[in-house]
Amino acid sequence: MNEMLNVSSNPHVRDKGTTSGIMRDVLIALLPATVVGVCVFGIRALVLILVTVASAVATEAIYEKLMHKKITVGDLSAAVTGLLLALNLPVSLPVWMAVLGAVFAVLVVKQLFGGLGQNFMNPALAGRCFLLISFGTAMTKFTFDGVTTATPLAQLKAGGDVNVLKMFLGNTAGTIGETSALALLVGAIYLLAKKIISLRIPVAYIGTFAIFIILYALGTGRGFDLNFLAAHLCGGGLMLGAWYMATDYVTSPITPKGQIVFGICLGLLTGIFRTCGSSAEGVSYAIIFCNLLVPLIEKITLPKAFGREAKAK
Amino acid sequence: MNKCVERLYNGIIKENPTFVLILGMCPTLAVTTSLINGAGMGLTTMVVLALSNTLISLLRKFIPDGVRMPAFIVIVASLVTIVQFILQAYLPSLNDALGIYIPLIVVNCIILGRAESYASKNPVLPSLFDGIGMGLGFTVGLSFLGAFREILGSGSIAGFQFIPEDYCIRIFGLAPGAFFVLAALIAVQNKIRLAHGKKVKAVEECTGHCATCGKTCEERKEED
Repeated sequence: MNEMLNVSSNPHVRDKGTTSGIMRDVLIALLPATVVGVCVFGIRALVLILVTVASAVATEAIYEKLMHKKITVGDLSAAVTGLLLALNLPVSLPVWMAVLGAVFAVLVVKQLFGGLGQNFMNPALAGRCFLLISFGTAMTKFTFDGVTTATPLAQLKAGGDVNVLKMFLGNTAGTIGETSALALLVGAIYLLAKKIISLRIPVAYIGTFAIFIILYALGTGRGFDLNFLAAHLCGGGLMLGAWYMATDYVTSPITPKGQIVFGICLGLLTGIFRTCGSSAEGVSYAIIFCNLLVPLIEKITLPKAFGREAKAK
Repeated sequence: MNKCVERLYNGIIKENPTFVLILGMCPTLAVTTSLINGAGMGLTTMVVLALSNTLISLLRKFIPDGVRMPAFIVIVASLVTIVQFILQAYLPSLNDALGIYIPLIVVNCIILGRAESYASKNPVLPSLFDGIGMGLGFTVGLSFLGAFREILGSGSIAGFQFIPEDYCIRIFGLAPGAFFVLAALIAVQNKIRLAHGKKVKAVEECTGHCATCGKTCEERKEED
């Protein structure tokens, strides 16, 4: 067989990267945040994470088995979805709700639309929003050290003061994976070094958001308040969302210009949701909303082919 | 008479307005938060549909072709007004629950659709049964949708609570839930319908036209 000349269509030069390799890197990058989450919130966080990941993987396997499709659990994308979803849940959430969220994320958002690469919005975030709408009380009940407390962002919104250093290290209330900005940044550096993600979306996102918050602080008479800005940057799901979920290949634009536009939209929406919305957090809704804008963004930012002239107006 | 039975069957099963024709989606998605609301909306629409089909069929030789749409609308609007007055008088709670969607029955595309495609071309009796059949089909669709959404979203059926509040998946009572349940019900009934229909015989040999072949290559290999 090897001596035969193979005539194949392009592409002829292939990269060695595989879907499972990329997904494994994402899992490795999420490890620091997971470990910090388990350390801060205790063994229950670990149980919740394991159950969510297992049910996401099982849902994918069972669905593909029933539909006589190729079982694609090996590409680890379901595990990533499960882990991201778990990191977005409060530690006190009943386990069956987490299972329901994972099933919804993988079955409805991912598999029913055709599996990996076909989902129109981030499955993990869609699962989180499904749970947030369905079980509003359980999803916004944050416990820390066994005591139910408000998240730093909620305290900030209520006009209170927060400890930014604690927020940066992750020693505070919130969902399992979002509390430690430091651990998330460590993972993000790993992803950047492995060239899994580019800086465009996260930097455009966080930059726009920072400018929005500075202008908001100036506009509302707070003046130039660095503490307020840092609290907003470290608080809530911003770091988790910007580095790990907004950069999802399937649901972000592929054109470089489009990625910047996407990041700016995300920053604006997150800022508006956080400052004007009734809830203190707005990252999930901002990301799944911008996921829906991706086809439009790609359409207006399509690069022109080499040698072609720009369309005469 | 046989034709009348055929009309009923056609309306409830073969051309079910909710699951097959996908008509009248506005009330379908908006008011089916509970079994009672769904069934109430369906039955109200059925009454209007049966009466409007009868009247339009009676008047089909008098209505000039050029102004048939305004004429249909006037007939349907009069009927809806009467039905709403009756509801306000005898079923005020249902009237409050359905709200704006009762006057909106006037522009329900099932009603205008049946008037245009059936009642205006056929005799009175089959038209009446066509209206009843389509109305029943709509009622069945809305009742199913309402029942599932009520069980999942508020843990009750026809107002009787049997699942504790904490275990209700609230999203099913909201707008997205209507889409989820409708899609799932259409999928289930398509599955049943396709199983009853004759199976399409697959192409025997691989022609290399993968785009038009319904099979995956694994399935082919298994067959070979």
